[in-house]
Amino acid sequence: MTYLAKSPWIFHYDASSCNGCDIEILACLTPMYDVERFGIINTGNPKHADIFVVTGSINEANREVIQNLYNQMPDPKVVVAVGICACSGGVFRECYNVAGGIDKLIPVDVYVPGCAARPESIIDGIVTALGVLEEKRSKNIHSKVVTDHERPERHNHAQGGAQ
Amino acid sequence: MIDIIMAIVFVLVAPVIGGLVAGIDRKVTAHMQGRVGPSVFQPFWDVGKLFEKENAVVNETQIFYAICYVLFMAFTGALFFSGGDLLLVIFALTLSQVFLVLGAFAANSPYSYVGAERELLQIMAYEPMVILTAVGMFVATRSFNVADIATTTIPVVLLIPGIFLGFLYTLTIKLRKSPFDISTSHHAHQEIVKGVTTEFSGPSLGLIEITHWYETVLLLGFLYLFFGWNPLLAVVAVIVLYLLEILIDNTNARMRWQFAVKSAWLVALVAGFINLAALYFLSGGVS
Amino acid sequence: MQFVQLLVFLILFPLIAAFFLLIARKDLEREWIVKLSALAIGIVSVYLLITTYDKGTLLISAIPAEPTGLVMFILEMLIAVYILYLGIKHKKWLVVGLILVQSVMMLYFELVYSHSVHVQANLFSDELSIIMALIIGIIGSLICVYSLGYMKFFHEHHPEMPDKRTWFFGTMFLFLSGMFGLVFSNNIIWVYFFWEITTLCSFLLIGYTKTEEATNNAFLALWMNLLGGIAFAGAIIWLAMFGNGIMGLDALTTSGKVIALIPAALIGFAGLTKAAQLPFSAWLVGAMVAPTPVSALLHSSTMVKAGVYIIVRFAPVFDSTVTGYMIAMVGALTFLLASGIAISQSNAKRVLAYSTIANLGLIVACAGIGTYEAIWAAILLIVFHAISKSLLFLATGTVEHRIKSREIDDMNGLIVRMPKIAAMMVIGIAGMFLLPFGMLISKWAAIRAFIDAPYGFVFVIMLAFGSALTLFFWAKWMGKIIAVTSDSKNIEGEVDRSEWAALVSLAGLTFVTTLVFPMLSTHLLEPFLMTNYGHIAQLSQDNIIIMILMLFLLMVMPLSILLPKHKHRHLAPYMGGRTTTADMRFSGSLGVQKKTVLSNYYLQDWFGEKKLKSWGIWLCSAVICIMILSAVFRVVM
Repeated sequence: MTYLAKSPWIFHYDASSCNGCDIEILACLTPMYDVERFGIINTGNPKHADIFVVTGSINEANREVIQNLYNQMPDPKVVVAVGICACSGGVFRECYNVAGGIDKLIPVDVYVPGCAARPESIIDGIVTALGVLEEKRSKNIHSKVVTDHERPERHNHAQGGAQ
Repeated sequence: MIDIIMAIVFVLVAPVIGGLVAGIDRKVTAHMQGRVGPSVFQPFWDVGKLFEKENAVVNETQIFYAICYVLFMAFTGALFFSGGDLLLVIFALTLSQVFLVLGAFAANSPYSYVGAERELLQIMAYEPMVILTAVGMFVATRSFNVADIATTTIPVVLLIPGIFLGFLYTLTIKLRKSPFDISTSHHAHQEIVKGVTTEFSGPSLGLIEITHWYETVLLLGFLYLFFGWNPLLAVVAVIVLYLLEILIDNTNARMRWQFAVKSAWLVALVAGFINLAALYFLSGGVS
Repeated sequence: MQFVQLLVFLILFPLIAAFFLLIARKDLEREWIVKLSALAIGIVSVYLLITTYDKGTLLISAIPAEPTGLVMFILEMLIAVYILYLGIKHKKWLVVGLILVQSVMMLYFELVYSHSVHVQANLFSDELSIIMALIIGIIGSLICVYSLGYMKFFHEHHPEMPDKRTWFFGTMFLFLSGMFGLVFSNNIIWVYFFWEITTLCSFLLIGYTKTEEATNNAFLALWMNLLGGIAFAGAIIWLAMFGNGIMGLDALTTSGKVIALIPAALIGFAGLTKAAQLPFSAWLVGAMVAPTPVSALLHSSTMVKAGVYIIVRFAPVFDSTVTGYMIAMVGALTFLLASGIAISQSNAKRVLAYSTIANLGLIVACAGIGTYEAIWAAILLIVFHAISKSLLFLATGTVEHRIKSREIDDMNGLIVRMPKIAAMMVIGIAGMFLLPFGMLISKWAAIRAFIDAPYGFVFVIMLAFGSALTLFFWAKWMGKIIAVTSDSKNIEGEVDRSEWAALVSLAGLTFVTTLVFPMLSTHLLEPFLMTNYGHIAQLSQDNIIIMILMLFLLMVMPLSILLPKHKHRHLAPYMGGRTTTADMRFSGSLGVQKKTVLSNYYLQDWFGEKKLKSWGIWLCSAVICIMILSAVFRVVM
């Protein structure tokens, strides 16, 4: 086992979650579950993170953000979709403003379903992610830079000229 | 006088001790919060992990500043532990700190920018007290050389209790502990993300972590000097005082930087002035 | 004697150059005169060092006092009439009043006492004079060379200003001549004459652009310096009345406190005005309206250095007197407050101005304390400050012409936009506050000196706080320069050759002086201290080796850029998840594009100029009053 698996730093983003899963993620940090035992730290910064934990599904407001945060993480990195909304859109998948699970936008490595996902299953998901992380490192897999093909005009807008 | 062997020993051993101190710190913190906490070797695994990661940067100059930071910090510590001049050590420490600040400025990013400015405020807050510490030690032992101060038979801390308390106060700032973790913190996600280290990732961040270990050992060395006349007492004191810092860290909320600067200055002014004046007049005005 | 000729050459040659510059009409002629004269002055001052560094104090009595003194007196009166005319023309009644008082005093002295004054040697030279001559001769002439390019650019871009470059360069060289005279004169009346020359030159140069602001600030500088001039004249008259006519600096500093203390206090006051200490700091900040080379000249090698030079000269008299301590207190307060004010300034030249005032304060504090260690620190400060500060001013001037701004916030990413000049600026800033460089060595020396002095702990505490403030404003400026902006292009273009030559020389000097500083100390400073104080101050061998090691580390590290390295993936700065463009624009709410703007902290609430300055003016005025009173009290009682 390498150091990577002993020190997974996660970065948690609440896409459009109802906060149910987020509370459960925070519960993992409490004395009850204490994930710091495994060296897991919740960083506030994609540039320090190894594991991208997303709750909630994609909508118009956050697709740009998810894509940006994902691209800013250094390799090797994995994505864990926590909660059924992040996995597939959940009960909101038919909503006019929801595009679906986050795998519509960025490659997801581990799915943790549940509404809300329980802390045990979240921890299990992250431990599974460690295996993927280790595999990516040993095979030297570089993640692709994600661009939002669904919304090219939006992307261009950000690149665009001054006003 | 300059003991090269001690310098080499410091450069090699300090990261090990510093890392262990950081690990014990996390363990004790976890216990204080009713958690199990990570292994005491966790900091080494963290840094090992960082070196396995990709070195993604905003621009290449950041790496340069990170290397300078660790290099000059190791140099400063080596100077200290080889018994060099205390004032020179303090100035060299400032030089290395400035490299961290420059690295944060170089990224030209809002969050690291705020972190850099706060780091500078923080340096400005503790610098007077640190200089006065060196001065106090000189007044007590008539020497600026760490080698002389460490082996003196004078009970330094009894002569300069005010300066000792003042130094303890600024030590909380220097160790980036609450209530003064204003420039970079594990807990201030909402305001400053990660402050000065926001834009560092992978190996460069690992270098910065190692630098912090060097710095911790150096600061503990400073504490040792106050009790230099009795090595056993000194070691016990250093351990107790570090535990005290952990306690302070866990029982205080982060304050605003204004408070950090003002209070540190006030402490330096009052404690430094009273102590130096008392020493001056008690020794009959003959310095 | 060859030695006499050297001194006379240094004093008169710039005068001749000034004359030729006044009659030179073509740009090319002017360029050659300036370059050749600067070269000659530089070479002769170095030659002076080589031939006399081990000779100690040399007195020269070859020059007759009578005719020269008369010529000087006539010139003084002509200057007074000129200033009187200008004062009346611009309705500056304060200046008119002061110049009248001063002229009457000198007239009285000339008529009543001039025959009873006997000075053995009118000129002299010792290690301090040589150091000052090197500063004036090398840095001063480099600034003159730099001005060639700067002033050409200045007038090309300000067609509305009358092009009076003949005047400008003439005055610059006259200034150098005055400074040389000042540091080589032993006769106090001669010192006074050259003192007035520098006052006049600074007045003319500050008012060069003839705008209303420039004229007002020129008169501000004039009245403050005239106040010092009056104190100086008072000292001369006092010496003539009660001092047995002792007028030689060499005799005066050893003549005991009863004779020398009151004139020393008065001349110390004059030094404080010229060194722009609080409450007289306003003129130096006002002088910023002048073209940048003028600021560089005033701040680094001339004018303000004349002020501290004279205080250092009189330091043996101040040694362990209340008067000396009060002068030191003015300096220390100025150091503390001016460093604070510098934090609140966003204009680069004003930051430099306040930093100059602060550093001069530190020099004054050292000189006022007057122990051998303190004097050692003071002279080191004079040397290193001159180099770094002139470099910074000249670099700022060059940058200003390119980005059309003096604001530090506009210098963001300078390292990308004009890497070479930015590197010069970084060297200058590092020279001002980072370890292996001279200014920090001097500060270190000052701390040690203060500890050993009686009541030194008060000054140590002020120095500790002041240097923390210093660190803040330099580091944040440096951070602005080295920020790497991804969208900027290199717009450096061709830097004028004369400007470039001056910048590179000064940056080189920053490194070289730090390297040869131990030699400077052993060959010039230690003999000087030995003769005047009977003790020597020095750094231990170990510390010097360590610092040279650090300097090499610092010089080698940037070379790592040349090493081949693998490409790193570049990420945009973290913007809270927002996608940003290369020039740091992002779409905010409702899709409106915003530009990211990063600005330094100025902490106006704490270090606002108004607040600190009014404090400083009251405090320092009170301290100056105590200073004068204590001298009188000591002598009378």
